[in-house]
Amino acid sequence: MNVPTMAEMMAQGKQPEVLFWVGCAGSFDDRAKKITKAFVKILQKSNVDFAVLGTEESCSGDPAKRAGNEFLFQMQAMTNIQVLNAYEVKTIVTACPHCFNTLKNEYPELGGNYQVMHHTEFLKKLLDDGRLTIEGGQFKGKRITFHDPCYLGRANKIYEAPRELIQKLEVELLEMKRCKSNALCCGAGGAQMFKEAEKGKKEIFIERTEEALSTQPDIVATGCPFCNTMITDGVKNKEKEGSVKVLDIAELIANASDL
Amino acid sequence: MHYLPNIIFATILVVGIGFFVQNIKKIIRNIKLGKSINRSDNAQARLKNMALIALGQSKMVKRPVAGILHILVYAGFIIINIEVIEIIIDGLFGTHRILSFAGGFYSFLIGTFEILAVLVFASVIIFWMRRMVLQIPRFWNKEMKGWPKNDALNILYFEMILMSLFLVMNASDYSLQQLDVDHYIKAGSFPVSHFIATWLPQNIPFLEILERTTWWLHIVGILIFLNYLYYSKHLHILLAFPNTYFANLNPKGKFNNLEAVTNEVKLMLDPNTDPYAAPAENATPPEKFGASDVFDLSWVQLLNAYTCTECGRCTSVCPANITGKELSPRAIMMKTRDRLEEVGKNINLNKEFKPDNKQLLNDYILPEELWACTSCNACVEACPVNIDPLSIIIDMRRYLVMEQSAAPQELNMMMTNIENNGAPWQFNQMDRLNWREE
Repeated sequence: MNVPTMAEMMAQGKQPEVLFWVGCAGSFDDRAKKITKAFVKILQKSNVDFAVLGTEESCSGDPAKRAGNEFLFQMQAMTNIQVLNAYEVKTIVTACPHCFNTLKNEYPELGGNYQVMHHTEFLKKLLDDGRLTIEGGQFKGKRITFHDPCYLGRANKIYEAPRELIQKLEVELLEMKRCKSNALCCGAGGAQMFKEAEKGKKEIFIERTEEALSTQPDIVATGCPFCNTMITDGVKNKEKEGSVKVLDIAELIANASDL
Repeated sequence: MHYLPNIIFATILVVGIGFFVQNIKKIIRNIKLGKSINRSDNAQARLKNMALIALGQSKMVKRPVAGILHILVYAGFIIINIEVIEIIIDGLFGTHRILSFAGGFYSFLIGTFEILAVLVFASVIIFWMRRMVLQIPRFWNKEMKGWPKNDALNILYFEMILMSLFLVMNASDYSLQQLDVDHYIKAGSFPVSHFIATWLPQNIPFLEILERTTWWLHIVGILIFLNYLYYSKHLHILLAFPNTYFANLNPKGKFNNLEAVTNEVKLMLDPNTDPYAAPAENATPPEKFGASDVFDLSWVQLLNAYTCTECGRCTSVCPANITGKELSPRAIMMKTRDRLEEVGKNINLNKEFKPDNKQLLNDYILPEELWACTSCNACVEACPVNIDPLSIIIDMRRYLVMEQSAAPQELNMMMTNIENNGAPWQFNQMDRLNWREE
């Protein structure tokens, strides 16, 4: 894919409109890389002038902070802020709600002031500005339920942008009983993604997947690479991977237009 | 001897209120043991929160059944207590129904109080049934055994008794009014208690004794209830107001950045720092990172602990608790209050805190509880009075990780990876853009 880095842009004396913060999952996790590529395809189709940091990007520090390691978080944050400020970055978009929350809310006090958008907000804005058209394509008429990521929903009160995008796909949007501000966590947040769950009687991702499946969806839509992993595992656990897909909103939009 | 009842009344009133004030002072002293945090900003938004959430009960009605019943009890209880003003004046000066000069308005008030008293009584019965008959799970979690369960029931019984006393007092008064007994001037309207009056024997000495007994028990009951608050989860009827006022206004996902850490990190990143420099003579030792005891929490977190009324809405939406993990956000608040009370008693006894070889961590809250949290903020969202259990969990994790290096092994690996290669997994940072070529 032809994706410029900030360094390459700078060498050409260019300043992109927006920085796409890919995040660790989006860079390394095989499943999340597909989300990254889908989002890039939409950006390219919409003629968005963007760049990535590439090898100059580093973990936002979110999992370290939630695990209680404030030192490591602030080391990461300040190092990233030095890089971002050196490139005079103004606007950041990311497909990871954890990076989004940290960059948006926790970086300003440490000297990093940017307009930070989650990719669903950004796509909504492209749509509103007439730079992006969304069509139903292969998803037309499908039953889709949306799992609210905690760090997008409760943490930052973004509930509508992802839903408006999904509805543009001419699908049937199904709500789980626990949705929006009452949504149940997928079980990955707070650094749980990187450890075994504490002992209990059930896995959180199973509890949430069961709820998602109870809406009898064709697709469970997510807006977070970690939620995606958890729900995908849940669907496999329930042996439903043949009939229920777990897709990020960026993938839905890109696939609908056969990008 | 004519003034004896007035003197007894004044004494009971002064002792009752005085004792209450003493206990409130203790609560304020204990809350001030917490670390400072600035919540004096943005008074307008804070007042709005207090008006909507504490006074307006906006978060209570998210669960409509409990919410509406709660509003009935809350409104009823507060409005009926207007009657206490009259009771106090009558008690001090030996008058009877002193406010009855208000005529029709007085009748309207008394009538309203009676209807509210019945509604409160009925709501409290339903609350009791929700706990004891329907056995709604959040009232039966393991932290609700013993005192917390009895405390909740005591409050319900108290309210039933106070409402009954109020109505029987009015019923006997009404009967005495009908019998044209001196002193019992015809005042007030009794839409409820005139039914009760039909069951009372129309015997003047009996009615007089009944009226006096219920009048005294009612006011003494109110004073006992007032003093019960300090020992009870019921403190929320007062503390909900400051608690919603001082609550966090930032987006829920924003965790505070520890300033002490910022200073250290800035030094580490500054190329001009001399790594071998000895600390200045008068340098203060670095602050303790995170929280292992109540002294390390902020005063807002301690206020949270006293405000919690143990309704369990937080725990009922906690993904960890739902799936059987040890964590219960309500228990985090209850344990914080228990430890703070223990510290307070220690101070009462020794004038200042005498180390007792105990702390909040391990003696009350276990690491297993802390590590079960997904930081999803469901508990914070659910709390009807904006308590923030998550902030305590994170502060205690900070202590475990930064002071004790006691993170679970897998999290240590995750953090080592971030330090070494800028990602929570073991991938080379130089491979970060490989997806572009794949």
